[in-house]
Amino acid sequence: MPIESKDVVWVEEPTIGFWEASFLPAIVAGLKTTISHVTNYKSVTQQYPEEQPELPLHYRGLHRLNKDDQGRVKCVACFMCSTACPAHCIDIVAQDTPAEWSDRDKMPNTFVIDELRCIYCGMCEEACPCDAIELTHIYDHTGLTRDDMRFDKEKLLDVFEKTKNDPKDPVRTHRGRLGVASDFIELPTLAPATSVANNDRAAQAVTAGVIKR
Amino acid sequence: MATVYVNDQPVTIGDSERLNCIQAAARSKVDIPHYCWHPQLSVVASCRMCLVEVGDKKPDGTVAMQPKVVPGCQTPVKDGTVIVTSSQKVRDAQKATLEYLLLNHPLDCPVCDQAGECGLQDYSYKYGRGYSRLQEPKNIKPDKDHIGDQITLFTDRCIMCTRCVRFTREVSGTAEMQVVSRGSIEEIDIFPGIPCNNKLAGNVVDLCPVGALCSKDFLYEQRVWFLQNTKSVCPGCNTGCSINVDQNKDVLYRLKPRVNEQAQGHFMCDEGRFGWKYIHAENRLTTPELRQNGVPTSRNWDVVLPTLRKSLEEKVATNPKGVAAVISPWATVEEAYLLASFLKSLSADITLAIGPVRTVGEDDHYPKDVHGQPASKVRFTIRAEKAPNRAGVSKILEHFQGSVVPHSDVISKAKSGSVETIYVLGGDPEPSWTNDDISALKTVKLLVAQDLLASHLTQAASVVLAGSSFAEKDGTYINHAGLAQGIRRAIHGPDDARPDGRILWDLAGRKGLFHAGNLRKEIAQKIPTLSSLICGDIGDLGVMTNQPDGVAAT
Repeated sequence: MPIESKDVVWVEEPTIGFWEASFLPAIVAGLKTTISHVTNYKSVTQQYPEEQPELPLHYRGLHRLNKDDQGRVKCVACFMCSTACPAHCIDIVAQDTPAEWSDRDKMPNTFVIDELRCIYCGMCEEACPCDAIELTHIYDHTGLTRDDMRFDKEKLLDVFEKTKNDPKDPVRTHRGRLGVASDFIELPTLAPATSVANNDRAAQAVTAGVIKR
Repeated sequence: MATVYVNDQPVTIGDSERLNCIQAAARSKVDIPHYCWHPQLSVVASCRMCLVEVGDKKPDGTVAMQPKVVPGCQTPVKDGTVIVTSSQKVRDAQKATLEYLLLNHPLDCPVCDQAGECGLQDYSYKYGRGYSRLQEPKNIKPDKDHIGDQITLFTDRCIMCTRCVRFTREVSGTAEMQVVSRGSIEEIDIFPGIPCNNKLAGNVVDLCPVGALCSKDFLYEQRVWFLQNTKSVCPGCNTGCSINVDQNKDVLYRLKPRVNEQAQGHFMCDEGRFGWKYIHAENRLTTPELRQNGVPTSRNWDVVLPTLRKSLEEKVATNPKGVAAVISPWATVEEAYLLASFLKSLSADITLAIGPVRTVGEDDHYPKDVHGQPASKVRFTIRAEKAPNRAGVSKILEHFQGSVVPHSDVISKAKSGSVETIYVLGGDPEPSWTNDDISALKTVKLLVAQDLLASHLTQAASVVLAGSSFAEKDGTYINHAGLAQGIRRAIHGPDDARPDGRILWDLAGRKGLFHAGNLRKEIAQKIPTLSSLICGDIGDLGVMTNQPDGVAAT
């Protein structure tokens, strides 16, 4: 629908006075803002590195390899982390345990994480069946070469030593042994391997051993 | 013709066939879970995993089911047998059996080598329950690494299916393994001081449906889900066992037997199973080498091959009778054909000989009786002839020059000086030439060695071509019975080594790329005795070359 002429209002452009035409009031007002930023500074962004960030508890930073209560590497070289890793940054070579480790069959010979390739998704931590690999709050690890950023077993165990007493990076469990049978006596039973909550879908299954009909 | 009903589906069975419920159900693609039953071993029905409902269809159409579930492996089928594998009763039985089998199983899947190809994992996922109700500590038994030189036993993972015991009693006949004690303390063990080291011992690891028996060679080397298999053929002897080549990132980790009734059956020997280590050996040839007076002048394929072709052509032009080629029985049919057809196209006077065929002892038949003598019914043979393709190379040579010349003829001609150019197409990882042969070969003017490993032969040669092992090339091997089977490329060769077929293809100056299937078709058209290769792709099980119409093996 075309606009009718009675709906159109014609407005005159306001005339500019002398001071306004000189632009001086506008320049002074601008300078006032600029000078107030210099004299009365308030920061908007976080002042890293002078001010360290408050990281949330679930922050995922540098990995560590946990040790068990005897100081041995907790990892059993099951390759679950490297299988789960979407960036293929974990390289493990497994070996037999020394004869005196009667409770364990397998351990890592080498364990290398390429921290440059890693995307810090935390899948390795999720996949680990014995809580051996955990992501810490360390986010500012750097290196001068790519090789520096390839963290091997010794470096990752050092990270554990550095962070184990940090309240932000608690060692989540003290299990680290495979199979429920091995630590059944000391530990409470864990679901769903040994006990199942009543609302667990698995518990609704037909009772084994009873053949109906 | 008998008709069996598996879950209401009729299955027709031949009159002379004697099948159990598991085999009959497999005909209609129904999988009855089983641990202790194996098609090559006797039936013990001890694991109880294959419990099914079985009944009989009467002539009047009514069905009478047996009141209890019965083990499918032990129940033969006949006309009118009704097998039900999907009823609630059967599912409950499977679930209860699995719970029982898992009672004392340590559930250490993360460190177990079998994880990923484990019968317990697969069936637990399909038929089992999600959790264990055991409230007591598990019955954990100590591991035994003294079972054999290549075998270790994780006793706590064992489900006592006794496949390994039956294998050593029935197939190898050596009977080293046994069940010790009964009830909750029963264990697999060897007789004291007599380890399971027979030549078929490695098969008990494959037979073990769980991770109890593990191969020391493969232990903790790699998780099986990283491995990629390629269907191939073991080159260790003339039997030509069908195998799977398992590799990851161009590193070979193990060989496993593959079922092929025409080749060897279900098993393979330890010689073949562990005999592939030369593939990753230090002394593999990694580059070609052109030498002048023993000093290398070029290591570039683009220089070596044209130069070699030119000098071969020159030698043939001046004295064709002075040129000879020795084709090893380790060469594939395609390689032998490429070299023979190339040289014969230069001149018909060139001598083609078959390389040394390494023979160790006599054919070793299994099972053995208590005196170590082979029993009347042979179930497995390790052949004395340690070369995979004598039959194939012989057929090629017969076609091109009418007879198979032994390599000793070429050696004696080299000694007398009437042969001055010798092309050796090798491939045998063991030294098969005698020192006398080598010193005779050293005297010739142009010695070309196409081989796998550095040896006295390659040191003496003036042209060295870095070839490849059976796992690095495509081709065809023909075994003692005339069965032609395809080998397939599983890994890349080291550095600049090339598949032998490609080297010979380029040397012959053919257009395009080497392709084993297309070459098989060409060979079948040219050579009547190999006409059964006409299909090009000879499948996983191979074709018999002795049959005139080339029926594909089924």
